[in-house]
Amino acid sequence: MTKIGLEIHCQLTKLESKLFCNCKADYRNLTPNSNICPICIGLPGSLPILNKKAVEKAAMISLALGCQIPEQISFFRKNYFYPDLPKNFQITQYNAYGPTSIGSDGSIQIEGKEIRIRRIQIEEDPGRLVYEGISEKTQITLVDYNRAGTPLVEIVTEPDFENPRQVRIFLNVLADLVENLEVSDPYLEGAMRVDGNISVEKGNRVEIKNVGSFRDIEKALHFEITRQQSLVDRNIEVAAETRHWDEARKITVSARSKEEEQDYRYLPEADIPLVTITQDKIDNLRKQMPESIVAKKERYIKKYGIPTQVAEVLSSDKFYSDLFEKAHTESNAKEIANIITTDLMGFADTREKKIDLKVTHRHISDLADAIVGNKITRNSGKAALYEMIKTGKSFSEIVSSLDLGSVSNASSLEKIIDEVFKEEEKAVKEAKQNPDTINYIVGKVMRKTKGKADPSTTLEIIRKKLLSA
Amino acid sequence: MSLEISATEYLSRVRAGNISVEEFVAKTLDRVHTVEDKVHAYITIDEQNALNKAKSIDKKIKAKEKVGSLLGMPVSIKDNICTFGLKTTCASKMLENFVSPYDATVISRLRQEDAVIIGKVNLDEFAMGSTTEFSHFGPSRNPWNTEYVPGGSSGGSGVSVSALECMISLGSDTGGSVRSPASFCSVVGLKPTYGLVSRYGLVSYANSIEQIGPVARRVEDIALVMNIIAGHDPRDDTTVQNNKVDYTAGLDSGIKGKKIGLVQQMIGEGVDKEVSSATNNAVSKLQELGAECITISLDAVEHSVAAYYTIASAEASSNLARYDNLRYGFDFGSEGFEFKAYVSKIRSNFGPEVTRRMLLGAFVLSAGYYGKYYLKAQKVRAMMKSQVDEAFTKVDFLLAPTMPILPFKIGEKIDDPLTLYLLDINTITANLTGIPAISIPFAISSSGLPIGMQILANSFEEKSLLQAGYSLQQATNLPRVPL
Repeated sequence: MTKIGLEIHCQLTKLESKLFCNCKADYRNLTPNSNICPICIGLPGSLPILNKKAVEKAAMISLALGCQIPEQISFFRKNYFYPDLPKNFQITQYNAYGPTSIGSDGSIQIEGKEIRIRRIQIEEDPGRLVYEGISEKTQITLVDYNRAGTPLVEIVTEPDFENPRQVRIFLNVLADLVENLEVSDPYLEGAMRVDGNISVEKGNRVEIKNVGSFRDIEKALHFEITRQQSLVDRNIEVAAETRHWDEARKITVSARSKEEEQDYRYLPEADIPLVTITQDKIDNLRKQMPESIVAKKERYIKKYGIPTQVAEVLSSDKFYSDLFEKAHTESNAKEIANIITTDLMGFADTREKKIDLKVTHRHISDLADAIVGNKITRNSGKAALYEMIKTGKSFSEIVSSLDLGSVSNASSLEKIIDEVFKEEEKAVKEAKQNPDTINYIVGKVMRKTKGKADPSTTLEIIRKKLLSA
Repeated sequence: MSLEISATEYLSRVRAGNISVEEFVAKTLDRVHTVEDKVHAYITIDEQNALNKAKSIDKKIKAKEKVGSLLGMPVSIKDNICTFGLKTTCASKMLENFVSPYDATVISRLRQEDAVIIGKVNLDEFAMGSTTEFSHFGPSRNPWNTEYVPGGSSGGSGVSVSALECMISLGSDTGGSVRSPASFCSVVGLKPTYGLVSRYGLVSYANSIEQIGPVARRVEDIALVMNIIAGHDPRDDTTVQNNKVDYTAGLDSGIKGKKIGLVQQMIGEGVDKEVSSATNNAVSKLQELGAECITISLDAVEHSVAAYYTIASAEASSNLARYDNLRYGFDFGSEGFEFKAYVSKIRSNFGPEVTRRMLLGAFVLSAGYYGKYYLKAQKVRAMMKSQVDEAFTKVDFLLAPTMPILPFKIGEKIDDPLTLYLLDINTITANLTGIPAISIPFAISSSGLPIGMQILANSFEEKSLLQAGYSLQQATNLPRVPL
């Protein structure tokens, strides 16, 4: 049986400052080596000051993943030489001498399957290496320490995945979870990174590193299953090793094993005193935690009668569920859920598009109210929504400028239907004999009203007229 | 005007207008120029800035503007404490050109009180050593006999204070590094409780046990410095609040009725005869002053040297890993080197003692040995702590000679690391258990070399420790430094 375990690095991007100093946690799009100080570049004499908020955020992730939080957490140094690591050790957590990392022994359900979480630890991100030069010979390595010291949590799962598909679903759920908790924006470049461990039946465990995206981890795992299985089939031993994902060639390649056989010489970090986390503190954090995605979904279904499918899609998207929360009332909730999931989500589906979205909760609630109150048809509503997306103008302004007001008043609608009956004598005759063809007439009315006619009222009037004619 | 006056006397004379700061600083610098050839206390002398600063303080005094409480007192700083704009070399090739872009917390506090920094003083490379012979810039020499070692690793601090090249100095004490030179140079040195003085800006060697500590010629001067540098620092999470204790108040409260425990394991085998008899004299003196003296056994002390060198080396191997010459260091063309080859080439520039400890430290932390060495050493440390706690339920202070032997000749023991390590046996206990300890000049041997007595107190009992030290100091009458 194939066994897959994951190590996920997730930056706590919602924090203001780095893990051990006051430099900005948001290192992106800055001049190289401008977001640094004596502490995060490890100058002689500097000392780390633990960002207590990072501990709180990591504790929230631990709670959300059902982990145990120890009474005291401690930090360790992981020693190794690498140019992006200014102190040549990384401050992290380590459970080999007892559970002292922020979380351990949790689990989460993915499509009815339990994925166990072995541990969650807080650690600092290293700097970034940037390679320049046109050939291998002219290549130079530049180091940018802006990222050094960015707060991370590492989430380590047990090898509970049976196939790459489960991995993908898990990662999506996890990304939604940290976003919903307001601890991280997982869609920022490099904010969430995954390493995998994989073994097939009768084979050794292989570690896959250097995977750039969620999509690639799935590909890398598929590649590894095929590679390992074909070795096993031919009675060749699968080497226990670390392999790197080669993004260009879409294959994994063996990392030189000697280089990877590291002895990290873990050592307690004496500069950071033990942090006590009381039950009171945990209770308090629980209270501060936003409603979970699962609870939100249940509420949508029970309270507003939103269909399960729609509730699931809406609740797991932080941006749109926030929009829903702001826009909805008891009466228009269902309609708003419908507008968001069928129209808006398809339009703005990336992080950038969401940020640029001109539509506010006000637009959405005005629109939904109009639809619920039969002042505008769903069809016209769609047109209004696109106009609001495009221009950001208010709903009422758009309705009047595009003349989208619903033709639901019976007398004006009757007039139009009379006209259609005159123009389409043949179709009317046919409809009298075969009620299935009635839609043709409805379509004609819609065309005449540019879609503004309320479909159900229209149908009702046509039926009445067919009987009396 | 004598340079020998105490810090408190200096303050009253400057306040009274009897001397100007510039005068005193200039005279101190003259003294530095006269004796440096013989003792080599300083690595960097900041003459011009010191004089300018002195002049500006005089101006402030004249204009009756607000002046910091140290009134331009000349100080020296061990060269492993970061000073903005001045080199901080750690007496190492690896940092020979390193200029810190920031001040250590203790330095900003001294500057705020208008201390005048004369310069940075010598040490064993990265504070690893007990003789100051392991300095990249050459050894410092004992002012009492320049053929002899001044102790270490804060040798430059001990020498500069003893040889009147400054009034007070800041050193650092990891395994006795303030007290050893204080004892060998006949000055006072305090290792404060771990967490009482900020380590921000102290270049780490063994960060779980070291503290910055003052060196001065008088106990009252030590108290003065502690008033400035002690207390919580938001830049060092291991520091604690000390509620603004005034260490100078009640120094002369005496020692009557106090109970003192002479540590059996620190006065036995290997202790020099003259040191032994000085210790006995100290006991008699303290009894005369009304203290009750008993013998106390701390048998964990027998394992302390092994535990200390295991823990300190382990931490050193990690703390010194950052010196890869990539971000700062000395000129070296890296072209053509693969990263690992470059790192090993660069790191061959550490001196022999640092190299020894980094190798030892990497070994005791390596897979499969952690439990055998590092964890065992931590167990010894915990055992020592409980024995010391137990002792302080019976006595107020512990007493022992600071160093088991007299100062020895430069070069005499440099090739014998084990013998040198064993010299730390009496000082290490305070570091491994975190408690404060002070070395008081007590006697001069028949060969004219200083002997210091060490008093140890319970954690954060600096105030009573200084009172005890003051009592002992007042009971002695020692000759002037012969230099």
